Amino acid sequence: MNKYDVIIVGGACAGLSAALYTARRALKTVVLTRDIGGQAAITTEIENYPGTGTILGPELMNRFRDQAEKAGAEIKMSEVQAITKSGNEFVVKAGVEDYQAPAVILSFGLTHRKLNVPGEKELTGRGVAYCATCDGPLFRNKIVAVVGAGNSAIDAADYLSEIASKVYLLVRSDSFRADEADLVEKVKNNPKIEIRYKTEITQFVGEKKLEKILLNDGSELELNGVFIEIGYATQTDFLGDLVTLDERKQIVVDNEGKTSTPGIFAAGDVTNVPFKQAVISAGDGAKAALSASRYVKNLKGLEDKPDWNKKK
Amino acid sequence: MELNDQNFEQEVINYTEGPVLVDFYAVWCGPCKMQGPIIEALAEELKTTKTKVFKVNVDEAQETATKFDIMSIPTLMIFRNGEVAETLMGLNSAEVLKEKLQKYQ
Repeated sequence: MNKYDVIIVGGACAGLSAALYTARRALKTVVLTRDIGGQAAITTEIENYPGTGTILGPELMNRFRDQAEKAGAEIKMSEVQAITKSGNEFVVKAGVEDYQAPAVILSFGLTHRKLNVPGEKELTGRGVAYCATCDGPLFRNKIVAVVGAGNSAIDAADYLSEIASKVYLLVRSDSFRADEADLVEKVKNNPKIEIRYKTEITQFVGEKKLEKILLNDGSELELNGVFIEIGYATQTDFLGDLVTLDERKQIVVDNEGKTSTPGIFAAGDVTNVPFKQAVISAGDGAKAALSASRYVKNLKGLEDKPDWNKKK
Repeated sequence: MELNDQNFEQEVINYTEGPVLVDFYAVWCGPCKMQGPIIEALAEELKTTKTKVFKVNVDEAQETATKFDIMSIPTLMIFRNGEVAETLMGLNSAEVLKEKLQKYQ
């Protein structure tokens, strides 16, 4: 069992900022995360993170990571499968390892919404993709489809039409939800884009890579790639009834980053805070960290001193 | 440690003394910027061993990227005796990579 004071689940704006704060309060901190930087790391340019001017998303997130590590936080690339209560503490299972701590900060953000149809999971990264700007250039002169009807789907279709030889835009209803009227018109008039309304994918088919998709009208399309652009959702199902979720399966927090369960804190896009922004996540990460610090030190009977008093 | 379409076969496929780790990346890919330094440090650490570590820019080595069906980056492949032994997608830590490479010594 690996023992810590604080376990942080998720390593992007909220989690890495929380790690910086708990590590600076001399709490033994580990960040368990599938990737570094989350959505910010796949954003080309960030122009609204105060103090940094215009910065590349990955660069900003590398700085978050470096600063958290320099402060003493450990960062482990491992996906968390389960969190259970054990006496006064929590056991977090990630990969083959178990981690234990009195406080846990949940900051694993939002992930791409999936279609949840057969073949999707198996062919992810082998033709099924969720980020046109990330993987799009790998489909030069190939046939691709975009699934969705919102702004991100329209943007993706427009972007991919410059790379791929042909783009199908698969829309579930009979109209677009996108509010960028000009871009919708542009896409409708683009000869490389074929829009199919009332169309849903029922299965992804392919041996080693995606070869074709089956559609709800019984037809099939041969293609090389499908970009699923139907928005983001929290992946909180693995938490079970550990903490209270709202109707959108976001973690409910109070104004100190506390969840319904003492010892469990949350911050960033995974919470019910309505605004999903890097700077808000970073701020809320710090807030949750300070709450967690106070909680752990109370539990241990220590005084929770602010870090600016450390070097006397 | 950067390979192209011309030397890929010689350095990776024809190498039989140990496993070869190849990082397929592109300059425009965010997660690749996180993976890159991990790969470079690993290459430095393993440079006196029989394990080889290379990077392949998918925009420059298009033939190689197509041949191995790279459709998501970063993609990391471990080759042993000219065959793909393992394919890893997304960001991977040095610890995980070393553990995987150990299997193919």
